[in-house]
Amino acid sequence: MTYDAHFRVWRGDTDAGDLQDYIVEVNDGEVVLDVIHRLQATQTPDLAVRWNCKAGKCGSCSAEINGRPRLLCMTRMNNFGADETVTVTPMRAFPVVRDLVTDVSFNYTKAQQIPAFAPPVGVAPGDYRMAQVDVERSQEFRKCIECFLCQDTCHVVRDHEENKQAFAGPRFLMRISELDMHPLDSRDRKLEAQDRHGLGYCNITKCCTEVCPEGIHITDNALIPLKERVADRKYDPLVWLGSKIFRRGSSTGGARTPGA
Amino acid sequence: MASSGGTGVRAPGRASIGVRTLRTDRWWAAPLATFGFLFGWVVYATVRVCLHSDYWVAKYHYLTPFYSPCLTKSCTPDSALFGRPLPRFPIIIPFAIVSLVFLLGFRMTCYYYRKAYYRSFWAAPPACAVAEPHRRYSGETRFPLVIQNSHRYFFYLAALVALVNTIDLIDSFTQGLGLGNIIMLINVVGLWGYSASCHTCRSIMGGRLNHFSEHPVRYRLWGWVSKLNGYHMQLALGTLVTLAVTDAYIALLAAGAFSDLRIIS
Repeated sequence: MTYDAHFRVWRGDTDAGDLQDYIVEVNDGEVVLDVIHRLQATQTPDLAVRWNCKAGKCGSCSAEINGRPRLLCMTRMNNFGADETVTVTPMRAFPVVRDLVTDVSFNYTKAQQIPAFAPPVGVAPGDYRMAQVDVERSQEFRKCIECFLCQDTCHVVRDHEENKQAFAGPRFLMRISELDMHPLDSRDRKLEAQDRHGLGYCNITKCCTEVCPEGIHITDNALIPLKERVADRKYDPLVWLGSKIFRRGSSTGGARTPGA
Repeated sequence: MASSGGTGVRAPGRASIGVRTLRTDRWWAAPLATFGFLFGWVVYATVRVCLHSDYWVAKYHYLTPFYSPCLTKSCTPDSALFGRPLPRFPIIIPFAIVSLVFLLGFRMTCYYYRKAYYRSFWAAPPACAVAEPHRRYSGETRFPLVIQNSHRYFFYLAALVALVNTIDLIDSFTQGLGLGNIIMLINVVGLWGYSASCHTCRSIMGGRLNHFSEHPVRYRLWGWVSKLNGYHMQLALGTLVTLAVTDAYIALLAAGAFSDLRIIS
């Protein structure tokens, strides 16, 4: 089936912009990015849109469709009725560059602030040995394509620009959680997560999980476990006492030299 | 129409879009329904715990969970399975104040309920990608919300209360089997399910470990709790229903509205 769809696309830059109306052809099996490309090809050659793989794996074409953070390439047009207006805007949590392209450098800054994987002293790359059962939990987080839709939808920074300094956002708190669960990471990341990366700002409203195109359970499997680990370290004297008496520190949080 | 002088989605530099959301679905329906359900439940529970009547069916040993354990001298002696060490309570204090405080704390600090009431009562945010109305936001970084980190203690205490409810159930079975027993059983199973599926329980069982391979038993427990954890929301809301139904059934029975359907007398 081919039909003419009504699209409203945000056009503008940092100084000004607004939603502009277009009537554009839609064919069976197409996704929103196909329609945006047809718009570029036929009506608006200067429309700026960031894209790359068209397969939901590069995380480039993040935008908001009818107000919901989504990948343009993974949103099928048959989600919408033929008479429905489809509104496409850039991500609203980040500064706009032009049209549908935003400046996501906030995320790169946050990524740089997280200390890298820290293997135990004396273990060289190539000597890492881990049981599969110990690493499979955090492998879920490696599916992240860094589309930053979770960062975009998180109200902590979306609705409060002033929190961007203190809050790393769900994508990078998930990274900290992944490293903290890593059986060979020797760095204590719990207090850092709370005090330097703003884990306490997260109020677990699960929007990050709802918008993740990879279906990662960010809240249940990364953020809440990290909050519990922070509570172990910072807010629970019984766990602290238990770790001192039973010397469980190495098993619960620390790294172990392979074979030791 | 440039973004200027605002904050959040209207902050300078962001795409200038005048409305708080462009969502076209009924995003307000879920928080509204949650608000109505939780508010209605709280009103019902408040009325019931303050009534101080129709909480015990002596013939079948049915005690409503809203009055368990009954530890005050205001309680009917038969209903006080654990004795009555506390003095008489004035009219506004629930007989089971000791357990109700724990249960309220457990549910208030529960990760599911936090999501529910932050969205539906506090609109922070009301729904995903819908701008919240608050000018500032500090989340759970400071008092009073930093107290949410005490969830584990309420979990321990709530498990004790679930144990008390289980003892109430066993006591009721000493009088035979009726529809009331079955309703109480469903409620107790639900309460254990809700407690065991809790995120804190998941962490205690094994989530805090980095070396599952060295703790096979705890790893197995963590796996079970993780599966149950996937139903935490359903159990959280479902047990509110079973609690209210159990209480209402016992209250109506105690008030003589109808007789218990007996299977084994």
